[in-house]
Amino acid sequence: MLKDELGPYFGEFGGRFVPESLIAALDELDAAYNEAKNDPEFVAELAELHASYTGRPSIITEVPRFAEYAGGARIILKREDLNHTGSHKINNVLGQALLARRLGKTRLIAETGAGQHGVATATAAALFGMSCIVYMGEVDTERQALNVARMRLLGAEVIPVTAGSRTLKDAINEGLRDWVANVDDSHYLMGTVAGPHPFPVMVRDFHRVIGDEAREQVIKLTGALPDAVVACVGGGSNAMGIFHAFLDDADVALYGYEAAGEGHLTERHAATLTRGRPGVLHGARSYMLQDAEGQTIESHSISAGLDYPGVGPEHSWLKDIGRANYEPITDAEAMDALRLLSRTEGIIPAIESAHALAGAIKLGKELGPDSVILVNLSGRGDKDMETAAEYFDLIDSAEKASAEDRKASDKKAADEQNAAGNKS
Amino acid sequence: MSAVEVAIAQANRDRAGALIGYLPVGFPTVAESIEAAVALAENGVDVIELGLPYSDPVMDGPAIQKATQLALTNGFRLQDGFDAVAEITSRVSTPVVLMSYWNPIMQYGVDRFADELKAAGGAGIITPDLVSDEAADWIAASERTGLDRIFLAAPSSSDERLVRAVEASTGFVYAVSTMGITGARSDVDIAAKTLVARLREAGSTSACVGLGISTAEQVREVLTYADGAIVGSVFVSALSSGGVDAVAKTAASLSTGTLA
Ligand SMILES: Cc1ncc(COP(=O)(O)O)c(C=O)c1O
Repeated sequence: MLKDELGPYFGEFGGRFVPESLIAALDELDAAYNEAKNDPEFVAELAELHASYTGRPSIITEVPRFAEYAGGARIILKREDLNHTGSHKINNVLGQALLARRLGKTRLIAETGAGQHGVATATAAALFGMSCIVYMGEVDTERQALNVARMRLLGAEVIPVTAGSRTLKDAINEGLRDWVANVDDSHYLMGTVAGPHPFPVMVRDFHRVIGDEAREQVIKLTGALPDAVVACVGGGSNAMGIFHAFLDDADVALYGYEAAGEGHLTERHAATLTRGRPGVLHGARSYMLQDAEGQTIESHSISAGLDYPGVGPEHSWLKDIGRANYEPITDAEAMDALRLLSRTEGIIPAIESAHALAGAIKLGKELGPDSVILVNLSGRGDKDMETAAEYFDLIDSAEKASAEDRKASDKKAADEQNAAGNKS
Repeated sequence: MSAVEVAIAQANRDRAGALIGYLPVGFPTVAESIEAAVALAENGVDVIELGLPYSDPVMDGPAIQKATQLALTNGFRLQDGFDAVAEITSRVSTPVVLMSYWNPIMQYGVDRFADELKAAGGAGIITPDLVSDEAADWIAASERTGLDRIFLAAPSSSDERLVRAVEASTGFVYAVSTMGITGARSDVDIAAKTLVARLREAGSTSACVGLGISTAEQVREVLTYADGAIVGSVFVSALSSGGVDAVAKTAASLSTGTLA
């Protein structure tokens, strides 16, 4: 059974390519996780948090007006956008935070791209009374400024990372460096199914609830399994979460949509599985974007959460064995899908999730009106309003001018706060 | 015995122990990095550790990150690394090992990389993000070529893992002095002393301590219990502020710490 894979390897992918200093922490985490997942008390505590804090199970919503643009296929959304904090990320965060508490750790370290994982981690830290530090590429702190404010309001320290491409990959490097130095009291709360073992398996398991719920919900609604399950793929956590329940349903096609930025044949994309080749990045062997000499190539996407030159090892494996298909979606296709879902159904998706919606439009046209497509709507678009407003020119110029002023003074205040923070 | 083992053993016979000096290739230029490495050898450094710039150096602190980033921006290629090894080893007899993250080696091809390094006169490779558990290909290539394979040992490593690091390594074991990344520190952690004692129990006859060492005094102290002291960030800082002359002076000063 494909569902039974437990790592550290998925085929030739995965492993632990990290400094020796981290091995003890990874061993400790692996042991603690294996114990916890078989401990009824841990399982019950997590289930209770899902029910009374996150708001699980998340519903499914059929979107017929949107589906008219997708070849008339039946399209059903799994509404992870309705979770507390606004995305699927909270599922994994609560699981790992509980585990960190079990290990006696009092400090959570996280990297974040779109800021959703950072917000979720800051939220869990507040809930459990832990301290929290979030590394975020400087480019991302600018395009997801609202989430930076949310994290700070929740009591987390947000550190803009200025190294390298100043995006998610560099934030992960900083997170790993912090963890090496502070492993005694800190847990590195990896936000996706990448990284060294046990992260890819553990993070997938904490997100399995998405697919487990959705599989039942779709069967209840339609009387059958869907023909296809689709999700966007950055590191790949929401995709693995919804794919997992269907891995051994041979008749269910699995589609992951990666960010193609300005086009996967240009130099500005994040289409790791489409354009990359196997290598080692952030502790695991997997597909990645790299030059001929193994230097990581910077990725590009309008979506901060998909702007990552790596991908989780289980996806690399599913691609190579042919169980899942991975296709590129451009910025423009994603933004069109974002607007379309907003206008036809009154649901504003995250730009990340809009990549899955754009994929569903293409796939629906291929599969035709008799098909049923389940889409993981991984997050909501509130955080993306600034990007969307700019992209679609939604703010009148007078308003824009005063917004610019506000932004400049916000930035000044933020800089001052950072400068003060650095001194203390 | 490999050239590295001989150099370390000799330093321990004649003096308190070995000084191992790190500099990245290509910083500030390939030519200057070669001159700086030669200056290390001419001023009391027993083994040269040449770092290959990499886009995602998770073991490195700000000083080395900045230098290697600049080298990459300036167009560093792996061939520059092999050329640097060839030129340095043609000018000085000090053994030269590379320090490289794993992906560049894997992409080049482990066997091809080992052959090129051997042909250039290199003595081995330090692999900061490759633990011996994942290193079957590299261990085979090192057996075949006689290149040293230098793995890391950390204060957090279990006794079992220390035995594994000692058994898998040749040349020396790189004992990480502290739970952290590269960069000068005012104190070398007492964890280093404990770690070296544990490595001795695990059978190590060649344990060198690195991370945070930046003064002759620290070198002297480390060599009271270890076979070698590894110094990096302070040479990089010297090179960026005062050029090759500053590297020579810093090496000469640090090497006084090796005198018994
Ligand atoms: C809403 C949303 N979807 C998807 C992603 C991409 O991550 P992953 O591929 O791990 O699901 C992110 C990441 O920030 C996100 O915020």
